[in-house]
Amino acid sequence: MNRTLGQRILVALPYLWLLVLFLAPFLIVLKISLSDLAVSRPPYTPQFDLSGGWAGVKDFFAKLDFENYTFLAEDSLYINAYLSSLKIAGISTIITLLIGYSIAYALARSPRRWRPTLVMLVILPFWTSFLIRVYAWIGILKTEGLLNQLLLNIGVIAEPLTILNTNTAVYIGIVYSYLPFMVLPIYATLEKMDESLLEAAADLGSSRLAAFFLVTLPLSMPGILAGCFLVFIPAIGEFVIPDLLGGSDTLMIGKTLWVEFFSNRDWPLASAVAILLLLLLIVPIVLFQRQQMKQEIGT
Amino acid sequence: MTLPFAPWADPASEPLIELRNVTKRFGVFEAVKDLSLKIYEREFFAILGPSGCGKTTLMRMLAGFETPNAGEILLGGTDLTPIPPAKRPVNMMFQSYALFPHLTVEKNIAFGLKREGTPSDEIADRVVDIMRLVQLTDFAHRKPDQLSGGQRQRVALARALVKRPKLLLLDEPLGALDKKLRQETQFELMGIQESLGTTFVIVTHDQEEAMTVSSRIAVMRDGELAQVSTPTDLYERPDTRFVADFIGEVTILEGRVTTASRGGVGLAVLEGAEDLRVVTDATPPSGTTAWLALRPEKVSISRAKPEADNAVSGKVLDIAYLGNISTYHVELANGSIIKAQESNRARSDRRDITWEDAVWVAWEEDAGVLLLA
Repeated sequence: MNRTLGQRILVALPYLWLLVLFLAPFLIVLKISLSDLAVSRPPYTPQFDLSGGWAGVKDFFAKLDFENYTFLAEDSLYINAYLSSLKIAGISTIITLLIGYSIAYALARSPRRWRPTLVMLVILPFWTSFLIRVYAWIGILKTEGLLNQLLLNIGVIAEPLTILNTNTAVYIGIVYSYLPFMVLPIYATLEKMDESLLEAAADLGSSRLAAFFLVTLPLSMPGILAGCFLVFIPAIGEFVIPDLLGGSDTLMIGKTLWVEFFSNRDWPLASAVAILLLLLLIVPIVLFQRQQMKQEIGT
Repeated sequence: MTLPFAPWADPASEPLIELRNVTKRFGVFEAVKDLSLKIYEREFFAILGPSGCGKTTLMRMLAGFETPNAGEILLGGTDLTPIPPAKRPVNMMFQSYALFPHLTVEKNIAFGLKREGTPSDEIADRVVDIMRLVQLTDFAHRKPDQLSGGQRQRVALARALVKRPKLLLLDEPLGALDKKLRQETQFELMGIQESLGTTFVIVTHDQEEAMTVSSRIAVMRDGELAQVSTPTDLYERPDTRFVADFIGEVTILEGRVTTASRGGVGLAVLEGAEDLRVVTDATPPSGTTAWLALRPEKVSISRAKPEADNAVSGKVLDIAYLGNISTYHVELANGSIIKAQESNRARSDRRDITWEDAVWVAWEEDAGVLLLA
């Protein structure tokens, strides 16, 4: 098929976008991760310089090495940060799934005329900055915060709870922030489910509970998977929530990266951390893409 | 000599299903009004009616998805009302088929048997048998979205039948199929029903379908039964204008009873013309308003006045040519229209009656039905 110039430009635009705004920065970060720390501006060496001619380019590549990656592998801090990120993201995803599924189920079973409003309420928090919403949790969770005051007043506890600056606060923050990303895809699958399937299940002898596990749950699996990936993937690299709500012992790779980059000004090591984080995320991202593809072919 | 299958005519036979004064309301709307009905074992019973007549509500009450506000539904003498759908010996084939999209044909069919805890080797045997019966054996491992409409319909049927219900409910079972497939499937359904002996209750708005498959038909209107009869009786001996008009094509002429004698009445329909003669068992007093229902195929059309019990003259207004038959719409002097049907034995270029022709339409005195409502 012959394409007109206009069509070619149209097809080329997204590729150009990816090239300039994704591939180029990625290659720059990859390059920095192979460089050495230096007291200079920018703080790494070698710098790419074409004035040295062909010999200069060869010299440049010769100076790149995997030193930073070796360092990451040897220092248990980084491995622990990665593992801890996986754990926090994993547990948060499960909690988000349990809460999100209940909300999505209630939404999908609510009277049809209420649904747009209820879905609106799920999306409503996005109208406020993410940062401010996380910040607001400090006021709720701190020792003299709203939650403790409430619990003390109704007499559930005698001593204020220490929640802020612990992993619990990080879980609360992640679950709260990412809940809409879990609710919406699950709601979408539940909402389009044919209700006569449940009647058919009942007609064939299923209790309501059996019908849920045998029909509703398997049919909402695409939504569950999409929601879990949408929560898990960004939660691994989360920085703001552990930084604002977590304690000094909350170990997450996003925070480690921040410290390396801004506090230690070790750009090469921070870049190596970022590249490894990316590699770590590729697995779930690829799984997510494949699942989405399967969905598209299915419908 | 075998007796015809007609348990409803035998006062000694016990009904399988009996509805006693069943009423169902949705808010202030009465979907089913004080309805009583008996359905017998091995019947292929059709509930026929226009949309909104309450036929689906009636079926959903039999399945257990709706609870009647008043009255009771008995199955083999026991009240079904307090029994939830999952526990009723009744299965339903849904209009949308409601096949589980994530399960294969085989697993869809086995679903109900697994729920009742049937041993797995028995499940396997029964699933294989039923798949053979509905010719799905080759598709056992396919998912519903890999099947054609007709195949899906058969999976839905098999899934309901494999539980060996006492009563199978079919909600517009053939509505999603195209006409040719629908006709084939009607005969398949009848064959399956006869070989298994299960009682079938089918809900449909398609009168041809109801006429073809069923032993008896209940015509519903506004939540009430208009008439319950065999297909032949319903067509040839409708009780009311509604039923006559709903089943097949009909001409309804309004008139006044002039003479009533044993076995027949005279009906004045046209000013200054002879009274029409109608054979009937009813003896309405003269002067009552009554209607004559005439099926088009029982009315003949000709240019010359024929020798017949009833003959009226008119003008051809329209001709509906359907290939095998033509329906002539003949306008009478008073403006009413009689439909007359002729089969096209001769090729169309030799048909001699055409638009605007002055013609006679004629029928015998026992061709029409006198209706008093």
